[in-house]
Amino acid sequence: MKFFMNWHEMPKERLTNMKKLLAFIRKEFYHVFRDKRTLLILFGLPVVQIILFGFALSNEVKNIGIAIQDNSRDIHTENIIRKIQSSSYFKVEAPILNYKDIENRFKDGSIKCAVIFPSNFSSDLQRSGGAKTQLIADASDPNTATIVTNYLTSIVYDYQQQLNPTTQLNYQIVTEIRQLYNEEQNGSLNFIPGVIALIFMIVSTALTSVSVVREKELGTMEILLVSPFKPIMVLIAKAIPYLVLSLINFILILFLSVYLLHVEIKGSFLLLFAESILFIITCLSLGLLISNVTDSQQTAMLISMMGMMLPTLILTGFMFPLENMPWIFRMVSHILPSRYYYTIVKAVMLKGLGFEFVWKETLILAGMAIFLLAIALKKFKIRLS
Amino acid sequence: MENKAIVCKDLTKQFGDFKAVDKISFEVSEGEIFGFLGANGAGKTTAMRILCGLSYPTSGEAKVAGFDVYKEQEKIKKNIGYMSQKFSLYDNLTILENIEFYGGVYGVSRPEIKERSAELVKTLGLEKEAKKLVGGLPLGWKQKLAFSVAVFHRPKIVFLDEPTGGVDPITRRQFWDMIYEASANGITVFVTTHYMDEAEYCNRISIMVDGRVEAIDSPTALKERFNVASMDEVFYELARNAKRTSD
Repeated sequence: MKFFMNWHEMPKERLTNMKKLLAFIRKEFYHVFRDKRTLLILFGLPVVQIILFGFALSNEVKNIGIAIQDNSRDIHTENIIRKIQSSSYFKVEAPILNYKDIENRFKDGSIKCAVIFPSNFSSDLQRSGGAKTQLIADASDPNTATIVTNYLTSIVYDYQQQLNPTTQLNYQIVTEIRQLYNEEQNGSLNFIPGVIALIFMIVSTALTSVSVVREKELGTMEILLVSPFKPIMVLIAKAIPYLVLSLINFILILFLSVYLLHVEIKGSFLLLFAESILFIITCLSLGLLISNVTDSQQTAMLISMMGMMLPTLILTGFMFPLENMPWIFRMVSHILPSRYYYTIVKAVMLKGLGFEFVWKETLILAGMAIFLLAIALKKFKIRLS
Repeated sequence: MENKAIVCKDLTKQFGDFKAVDKISFEVSEGEIFGFLGANGAGKTTAMRILCGLSYPTSGEAKVAGFDVYKEQEKIKKNIGYMSQKFSLYDNLTILENIEFYGGVYGVSRPEIKERSAELVKTLGLEKEAKKLVGGLPLGWKQKLAFSVAVFHRPKIVFLDEPTGGVDPITRRQFWDMIYEASANGITVFVTTHYMDEAEYCNRISIMVDGRVEAIDSPTALKERFNVASMDEVFYELARNAKRTSD
């Protein structure tokens, strides 16, 4: 058996630490690319999220079903109805028969709003100069109800202006609205920064912690600790592949956002990239910290998902406005790294702001990264002795 | 065999009031197969962790491969190999990739890894499986491979922590053939086991009870001293008085 011979012949050459690290990193990539579940989370999830948030979960109102009961049947109501029909916001369904009918159709969801013109609509308008029309909205979804009634009101108002083009009130205040940074009211704009933060949380925090804990479960961590490979190097070797993968993901998300959802990156790409690296490092430290305090992959996954992802989803302000939350939630949101990253990405990507506007958030994020990394390293050492 | 691979003198490890390892002293010669026996909770693992450079003793002295366990942990780690009862190769890496990884972690150069892994695969008769994932191998082969990987970087001493748990007797026999082979080539083997037939294969064994080494000698001498026919009985004679029961 030649393998066991020449035992005391010392190895010719020793590898440098750098090469040892590379051997380790290569192994990590083998793990990632051979595990279908990891691959799916890594590259399937961002695509699904972008598509979901970009297309399915939209705040915009389009093709909302409404029904009309026209008891007046004159030129005015017909004109208004034609205006409503020609709007892309609404889909006018069959006319309403009676009040009970409205309720039934709200219940089965076929319409969201009912428009009722009373029989004296036209005569009132002509005689007294003031007519009434009723809008009944299904407010079980308050957002939609508000938007629909607003649209309908403005259509009616519009027609009124048309009727009296010459009538000038003594005083007139016109609100001229511009939706800055998102003139087209593109709903995906708001989601993209949130989705990026979410994806980093999943890839950098959850996958990293699971990959470290897996070595503990397998017993390979023991072997690594007995080897001359330094514990800190183990952490670095674990972190680098996920840093690279997260950045690839970042590019992928930006690519999808620009070409699929037509979101424009207004600010500096380099600044965005640098801020993302900072946030990824924060997430990685968090992942390493989680892996130090748990011993099973399930626990690590659960902590990352419940403890990190859910707050990111709810408390960073990308799904629900932070300003409306009770103070306790607003306080909690201040300790979430993703909140600051979300603010930065929004500022740089959507508003095109430079570093001078986000330095405060950057500083907080950097502080968190250093703090978390320090604890992760310290915990790792304690576990050793 | 003048040179000592491991020297322990009054080695103690204390956790609060609990003396996990209580003044143990022994020496292991170079090239020796040394069996480290004891019931669960006797302090074997704690002692082994100190010798592997994973934790510091509370008091006493110990040298492994000539290096001090207090000051030269890094040098110790470079000169030992380690294999545990938990299976220690990566299932979703091939045999060659596993060897490359562990070789790399121990700093073996690329050309040498190539050369020696070819020899290793040939020795184990695994040429056909070399590029297949380890996960598909039978447990017996995995254990043999894990041992070969543990000694791949030519350590002076190899620590085996219950290496043959869950393996059938024939594979165990083959596994021990490999240990003999390594020992014949000058590598020191420090092995813990619960199988008393394996204890018989060792040159010398020590038996730990409640943190202390109660007996240390060759299996034949121990059987004579206790006037019994098998190592099983020797172990029972010593361990039945133990007060601790588990880790």
